[in-house]
Amino acid sequence: MKVTLWGTRGSLAAPGPETIRYGGNTSCVEVRGEGGELLVLDAGTGIQRLGATVRGGRGRIDLMLTHLHMDHIQGLGFFEPLYEPAREIHIWGPPSPTLDLRTRLARYLSPPLFPVGLRDLPCHLTLHNVPPERFEIGGFEVEAELVCHPGSTVGYRIAEGNRSLAYLPDHEPALGVRAFPAEREWTSGFDLAAEADLLIHDAQYTTEEYRQRIGWGHSSMRDAFAFATLSGARRFVPFHHDPTHDDAMLDRLDAAVRAAGDLTFVLIPGTEGSTLEV
Amino acid sequence: MSQKAIELILMRQLASSLAMPIFLLDPSGNLLFYNEPAEQLLGSRYDETGEMSMRDWFGLFAPIAEDGSPVPVEALPLSIALHKHRAAHQTFWIKGLDGISKKIGATAFPLEGQGARLLGAVGIFWEES
Repeated sequence: MKVTLWGTRGSLAAPGPETIRYGGNTSCVEVRGEGGELLVLDAGTGIQRLGATVRGGRGRIDLMLTHLHMDHIQGLGFFEPLYEPAREIHIWGPPSPTLDLRTRLARYLSPPLFPVGLRDLPCHLTLHNVPPERFEIGGFEVEAELVCHPGSTVGYRIAEGNRSLAYLPDHEPALGVRAFPAEREWTSGFDLAAEADLLIHDAQYTTEEYRQRIGWGHSSMRDAFAFATLSGARRFVPFHHDPTHDDAMLDRLDAAVRAAGDLTFVLIPGTEGSTLEV
Repeated sequence: MSQKAIELILMRQLASSLAMPIFLLDPSGNLLFYNEPAEQLLGSRYDETGEMSMRDWFGLFAPIAEDGSPVPVEALPLSIALHKHRAAHQTFWIKGLDGISKKIGATAFPLEGQGARLLGAVGIFWEES
């Protein structure tokens, strides 16, 4: 599979000359299967540029939402394939015990927040709660598990053949463990990330920032590094960069991880526009 | 050993922070976790025992009813929460770590996840005067 990062920023889009290398768009990742299948992970503002690359196509698109915080759905109304009548689009999202996915998404995709309602979209749209068991989309095997983040939030593990991608853009694994990193069976997200060929994981804060934001559902770079080590991931992409962190700051965080000692994984900077083969 | 459900992970975290004794069971009745106040009740440290089967933790607990008869395991609030999927409350006596019998109130409730998955049960205990 081929993985392209269209948006790597967390919480709030942060465009500008100071974020030009890591990017300013919020979470969106394209996953292309060997057979051309297209999975889109989250619909942050990065999805707008992805949409332009598939304009006019006819293939099915599966959009996998980890949760419905604004930075993960803000680009949805700007995803061009939604306005193509011939398109078959499936949106998958975390379950809720009370409201279906359509109702929850319609809170944003309806006036006064957005001029176009979900029911007005001309594509063939189907919405699904992610099932608790493993499921298949084309040649992909997909697993979704609830993870530690406020509100109903899932992470994904996507496998094609014997290759796997773990995507946990909003995740605070340190919260549920008494002495993190330890106790794999008590670590949120561990099964999703275990020995993944590529792990894309929340690394929003510095260690100092995290101390002031425990429980907000995000990780420090240090905890993300520890999670990647614990899970045995082969490659690790820090993701969901804080909107106040410019390129120079993110370079420093990257350098600090590399200086920490022998890495058990290959560290790949989470830069918008980069493509990785898995 | 596979990873626990996130609901159990967060429940354990909450229990670790509270001052009242709490037990966390899996759907089979195994004791997954008990917090420090519960260690005082059981007379065992979680770090030493780790997870315990229902038979083992019930043996340590050995509850006695008001009339002096042993409370059967199926009558415990935790068993009712697990098997009947509802909250339950009961008062009974146990012998504490200090050898003194204590009157204990226990309330238990099932942990039900989305999609009606039974994840386990939680028991909260306190000493009654």
